Amino acid sequence: MTSSRLRAALITAVTWVLVLMFFFPVAWMVFTAFKPEHQAATMPPTFAPDLTLDQFDAVFARDMLPYLINSLSASLGSTLLVLVLAVPAAYALSIRPVANVRDALFFFISTRFMPVAASIIPVYLLLQSVGGLDNITWLTILYVGVNLPIAVWMMRSFLAEVPREVIEAAQLDGARLGTEIFRVVLPIVLPGVAAAGLICFIFAWNEFFLANLLTAQVARPTPPFLTSFVDGRGQFLAVLSAAATVAIVPVVLAGWIAQKQLVRGLAMGAIK
Amino acid sequence: MTVLMTTPTRRRPARAVPTGQQSRRRRVAVSRALLWPALATSIVLTQIPFVLTIYYSLQRWNMLRPGDRGFTGLDNYVSVLRDGSFLSSLGATVAVTGTSVVASTLLGMLFAVLLDRSFVGRGVARTLMITPFLVMPAAAALVWKWSILDAATGMANWGLGLVGLPPVAWNTELPMLTIILVLTWQYTPFAMLILLAGLQAQDRDVLEAAAVDGAGALRTFGSITLPHLRQYVEIAVLLASIMLLQVFDPIAIMTRGTGGTKTLSYLLYERAFVGLEVGEAAAYGVMTVLVTIVVASVALRTLFKVFSTEGIDR
Repeated sequence: MTSSRLRAALITAVTWVLVLMFFFPVAWMVFTAFKPEHQAATMPPTFAPDLTLDQFDAVFARDMLPYLINSLSASLGSTLLVLVLAVPAAYALSIRPVANVRDALFFFISTRFMPVAASIIPVYLLLQSVGGLDNITWLTILYVGVNLPIAVWMMRSFLAEVPREVIEAAQLDGARLGTEIFRVVLPIVLPGVAAAGLICFIFAWNEFFLANLLTAQVARPTPPFLTSFVDGRGQFLAVLSAAATVAIVPVVLAGWIAQKQLVRGLAMGAIK
Repeated sequence: MTVLMTTPTRRRPARAVPTGQQSRRRRVAVSRALLWPALATSIVLTQIPFVLTIYYSLQRWNMLRPGDRGFTGLDNYVSVLRDGSFLSSLGATVAVTGTSVVASTLLGMLFAVLLDRSFVGRGVARTLMITPFLVMPAAAALVWKWSILDAATGMANWGLGLVGLPPVAWNTELPMLTIILVLTWQYTPFAMLILLAGLQAQDRDVLEAAAVDGAGALRTFGSITLPHLRQYVEIAVLLASIMLLQVFDPIAIMTRGTGGTKTLSYLLYERAFVGLEVGEAAAYGVMTVLVTIVVASVALRTLFKVFSTEGIDR
């Protein structure tokens, strides 16, 4: 059996090499963020740089904080609104009988499939005419439109798993609808709510197209701000890497910590 | 992870709940009240703008000449189809989407199979593997362009140098490939997650039976696992296609549409917000939607096929 064990070890080694290759760009970006600028873009690469936090100082000296706050308010705000709308809707679609469940679900998912090209021109012109450009509230509202279908779809899958008996028992007790949702159903599907919320948050935090187009200065979120670190006149790789590291850390850490929910949410939203 | 529940398909009438026309009607009313806010929000934010896009596409309207605006019928569509940029853009979109989807599904399959085995540090390996999907696409595009693929100081060329190969001018000579590389890198974890869910939903008894019958690993994979995974592969392919059809970030950041990478969404952006051609850009928008509908209708049919085996039909 040693040959089969040898083969297993070999496959494991290959797996690790491939995984590390895939992860390399992220690792290299974080490593570069701790280099002084003159050691960042060199050939051959500098593997033993004089580690420094200077680039992070530079990033915040260039006022990154307001952009991060804009990202946070648009992501958090839209996620909360999405959940408030999606949980009752998904509840109606999965537990209580509604006529035309299929039609409603079909509609939600088809809006997600609709490219942003379908609506961006009128949205831009309407916002322009009401003075809504460069306004974080409007961006937040648009993110609700983007993420709502995913959340409904995912929540429906999670709610479909709640045993009918639990709900029927609640109804027998004469529980009213509000109690039913808050006391009985919500605690059971809380992990699902967390998963849907996390995925909506990630999508909003990472969104570039609307953020780039609909904001200029005041309401600008992080993704379009990052591109301003590319500098035609001098070296910028270390400071760019530092800014990118700061930009991805919240979502990557959250994704790592809530990995189980994330995987489950994606698989459920996609498959069921 | 429970996927594709095989539980009974028909929903039992709610037992012991007050029956009768009245209470049923009341419950339907409550359900509608719960559903409406979400439906209305979705309609206002996505459907009404689309109707407006169609309306604009029938107008002669350039923002530089606000006085000269009016109904032109299908003129914008005629000029969209006459102008070569639409067809070449459609080609670019299909090439970028198709290649990235196929590559990330194949790699996703490889990683799903590798990470389904138990081995030392599997949890850490999975965590590292999902990271590219979490990374902000704008950050990914910037890092790939300047840190990995830069001709003079990029890590890709350093790696080629190690094995004695000459450097490649990725960004200037192979712009299409750079876009595909980034997209494949970001979507492989997505495909992997869906396929991994498929692998974990396999009936272990069947696999053991195959092993007992003396079927080798490859044989088992080919005749049991692959057919089982088919549905998951379809879903991964279709969802990734729909997301990638509208991809914008790496193109705006890495190539600005040069070198045959001007996809439909980037073309529309240019026409509308650089050229200020509202009417014509709206026509591009409507055409983009038509292309997406072709892909999406296939996607939806598959989703609903899966969906009805699960038993939402009442």
